[in-house]
Order: sequence, then C-alpha cells, then structure tokens
Amino acid sequence: MEHVQEAQQFERKLNGRLMMNKVSKGIFFLSTLFGLVVLAVLLYRVLSEGIAYINWNFLTGKLSTNPERAGIMGAILGTFWLMIVVAPVTMFLGVATAIYLEMYAKKNKFTEFIQTNIANLAGVPSIVYGILGLTVFVRAMDLGNIVLAGGLTMSLLILPIVIVASQEALRAVPKFLEEGSLGMGATKWQTIRAVVLPVALPGILTGAILALSRAIGETAPLVVIGIPALLIPFPGSIFDKFTVLPMQIYYWTLDSSLVAEYANLAAATIIVLLVALLVLNSSAIIIRNKFTKRF
Amino acid sequence: MEDQREKNIRQLIEERKQKKSFRDYFEKSIPSLLFVIASISVLTTIGIVITLLTETVEFFKRVPIVEFVTGTVLKPLSQNPEFGVLPLVMGTMLSSLIAMFVAVPIGLMTAIYLSEYASEKLRKRLKPMLELLAGIPTIVYGFFAFTFVTPILKNLIPGLEATNILSPGLVMGVMIIPMIASLSEDAMSSVPQSMREGALGLGATKLEVTRKVVIPAALSGIIASFVLGISRAIGETMIVTIASGSTKNFTVDVTQSMQTMTAYIVEVTGGDAPAGSTVYYSLYAVAMTLFIFTLLMNVLARYVSRKFREVY
Repeated sequence: MEHVQEAQQFERKLNGRLMMNKVSKGIFFLSTLFGLVVLAVLLYRVLSEGIAYINWNFLTGKLSTNPERAGIMGAILGTFWLMIVVAPVTMFLGVATAIYLEMYAKKNKFTEFIQTNIANLAGVPSIVYGILGLTVFVRAMDLGNIVLAGGLTMSLLILPIVIVASQEALRAVPKFLEEGSLGMGATKWQTIRAVVLPVALPGILTGAILALSRAIGETAPLVVIGIPALLIPFPGSIFDKFTVLPMQIYYWTLDSSLVAEYANLAAATIIVLLVALLVLNSSAIIIRNKFTKRF
Repeated sequence: MEDQREKNIRQLIEERKQKKSFRDYFEKSIPSLLFVIASISVLTTIGIVITLLTETVEFFKRVPIVEFVTGTVLKPLSQNPEFGVLPLVMGTMLSSLIAMFVAVPIGLMTAIYLSEYASEKLRKRLKPMLELLAGIPTIVYGFFAFTFVTPILKNLIPGLEATNILSPGLVMGVMIIPMIASLSEDAMSSVPQSMREGALGLGATKLEVTRKVVIPAALSGIIASFVLGISRAIGETMIVTIASGSTKNFTVDVTQSMQTMTAYIVEVTGGDAPAGSTVYYSLYAVAMTLFIFTLLMNVLARYVSRKFREVY
C-alpha cells in the first residue's frame, strides 16, 4: 500500500518536472522569437513609411528643405567617397598588422600587449574615436571636416575588426602549405605572399567587408567631427566636404517633429542604407562560401 | 669561345648574387616594416589617451575636479555655468540599466534555446537572422525609438515626455540581445556533451541539466557577455541622442528627458563650442569619464571570463 503511494507521488513529481521542462522550452522559444519579431516590426515600419518616397528624383536629387524635392545623391556620393578612403587604408593596415602578429611576432610581452590593446580598442565607444578624429585630423592636422578626415577616423574605428578577422583567416591556413613552400626554398615573405595570403584571402575579404558595412552605418564619429546639415555641393574627391546616409537620417529624424514628412524621408534613406548593407553582407557571404578552400 | 662562355656564367653568378643580396635585404626589412604598421594600433590608444588627458587636465584647471565629480547640476551654457557630471552619469546608468533589463533575460533565454533545445537545422536558420539584428545601424534603432516606440509608450504612460530615457533604453536592449545571446551561446556550447549526458542519464530533465549543469559551467562566459553588453550600452550614442533629448536632469524618473554622456558630447561638438572655452574642454572631461567606464567594463569582462573559466 505504502509502496503504491510512493510510486504515485513520484509519478506526480515527475509529471511536474516534465511539465516545467515543456513550459520553459516554450518560453525560451518565445524569447528567441522576440528579437526576430522586433526586427520584423522595425523593417515593416521603415518600409511602410519610406517606400512611397523612393523615386528617381529622391535618389539623384540634391538636398532641399522642401520634402517634395529633397534628394540624397549628395549623401550617397559622400558614403561612396568615404569608402574610397576607408577600404584601402583599413585593408592595408589591418592585413599588415595581422601578418606581423601571426607570422613574424615573437611570443613575448610586447606582442601580448599589442594583442590586448587591439581587444581593448574594439571596445572603445565609436564616439571616442570621433573625438580623436576631431582633435587630430580635423584640428591638429587642419584637414577640416572633409572626406579624408572622416575616412581616417572611420579607418581607426574598424581597424581592430579587420585585424582580428585577418588574423583568424591567416591562422586557418594549414601549416603544411607553408612548410611545403619553405621546403622548396622560398623565403618567408615569398611564402606569405604567394602561398599563405591567397588561401587566406576569402576570409580576410569577408572580415573586411563586414567591417566596411559597420563603417557605412556608423554615425557618431562623423557627428562629432562636425558634418554640416547645410546644403553642400556634391563631393567630387576625398578633399571635399561631405555628408553620408546615416547623417542624413539623423538630421531628418531630429527635424521630424517640425516637418512630419521628414520622418518619411528618413525612412526612405534608411531603406537605401539597408539595401546597401544587404548587398555588402551578401557579397561577404558569397565570397566566404564560394572561394574558401578546404584542405 | 670557351672563354666567352665562362665569363658569361661568371657574370650570371655575380648578377644572381647581387639580386640575392637585394632580396635578402628586402626580406630582412619586412618584419620591421610590418612591426611599424602594427604599432599604429598602439599609437591609436596612445593618441586617444593623450588627447583626452591633456584637454581634461586643462578643464580641471578651470573647474575643480571635486565639483565635476560630485556636482548634480550641469548648466554649461548659462551665465554662471556649473559643470557637475552626475546628471550625465545618471542618464547613462539609467538607460543602460533599462537596456539590460531587456537584453539579459531575453538574450540568455535565447542562448539557452539555441544551445540546448533547438535542433541543429533550426539553429542554423535562427542564428543568421539574429545576427541581422546586430547588423542594423544604431541610427536606424534611434529612428525606431523616436518615431515608433515613444508614441506607443506615450499611449501607455500618459505622463511620458516626447523625449525620455525609457524608450531609447528599451530599444538599446533589443540591440544588445544578439550580442548577449551569441556570446552566452558560445560559452554554453563549449560545455562538454559528456556532462550533459551524465546528468540526463541520472534522470534530469533538459531544464534541470541547463540550470544545474550547463549554466554553472558556462557562468564565466555568460557573465562576461553581460558586462560587455553594459559596456556597449554605456558607449551607445545615436539612439539616446535622438530619443532621450538634451535636458540635463538629475532624476531617476525614466519618463523624463535626460542626457547621457555620449549625447552631451554630440550636443557640444554639434553646437560649435569655440575651441578654448570651458564648455569645449568639458567635452573631453566627459569623454574621459566615458572612456574610463567602458575600459573598466571591458577589462572586467576579460578578467571574469579568464579567471573563473571552468576548464574541462
């Protein structure tokens, strides 16, 4: 009799525990969905507000205080010129640093210090880079708020990302390739240039593109450098004053309490920005999947 | 004829030697060349510290450091300016706290679902979608907070101001979810399968395994992800600049407009404060405070994940 009771008690307890497990699983799943639902709402909201405002005139026109006539060609060109500075500078500095750390650096305190320093730099808020750019590039070097100054600031900001990604790509290159090349009499640099780098290139490019997409969406450093909200001529070189897509979104969002239609213009600009990011990220994924060699 | 040929070969050898010496020279100079480039990252840090430090020292010559650190009033542009940093610290702390209220539970539960419950196939589908959330520029979140979340909250809380710290805090939380989810999931996935199987074999449910085996084993990584999340929230700029306004309130009422440290920096640089004025120098003092806060958090996160890591 007692035995049966005990068994029943155990069964009840077990059922409770299994129930708990099921309920929790449901809650965990809903939590996972939460983020995705917010993403969907955000995208829907931006699309529904902005899509009607995207037309040829908006994409190719000049800025204007009149929402009917405002266009974002200047911001598109500004973003383009900014990338012309950021892409080569970060690629060169990032890959060179990664090659040094992975291929040449001795395992000593100083190398460790550089590595820790890169990790710490990745955690510095972007706005602090803006202050560095403002003080060093805009004021001390007296460049003013031109594309070059903004580009160099952005380059420093995304440099840690490119370095770490390149390091990982270099580390993933099998050692036997390197040893084979060295064994055939190639020098270290020849080996790196002709054997290691080509194999690591897809990984490096993927990291660099993802870092670039971070730079395209970044606003804070440029606000600090002082990008004017005024109407300026289209930038034609890296020495011109400029504005970029996120800055345009920022100003239009701020002013949307004055002119309601500015919110729509901001949404339309966001669509353009997100499409650019989508193209960049997809190309990164394609490069990673298509060109990564497996050994 | 024979002589000519010998001469040629000799020449060839000479040429090769010369070429080789050039190659050797080039080869030897590469490490130092790369080393110089690698030090740029160190120079960046030095640059940041020196810029912030020199201008902050200049600021403290004009405003006593005690007034800056303990002052609860910030009126940089008034006739009798006051430079207390506490209103900004309060705004920053409140917005970060609200963000963590959203990001910690949801991020952690997402990590648990992905690492413990989801099938491999589902996980491969869900993870890239969450990464999408992390890839959205912060300015877009700012737009979302200001034009969508704030109006909705206003319907729920009648006393809410048009700019307030609650709405950007919540949106910032959503922004940080993927970061906490992905770092925590990494920590939980690296707990050896044998430990789970041991507990399951003893009759534990999946929830019990997660709670009593996986989470304790991955705790250092999970806590590090929280700390990094806080650091991210403290340094976040555009969401709060747009949606929390520029009122330098010293209050804990989250329905009010408040300014964070980052938003103050944006306001001052955007307002063309003349170089050399006290307001201009205050920018650097605030940036220094921000830099110290985030640096401490990042160092703490690394310390936690190293020191308390369970190695199996």
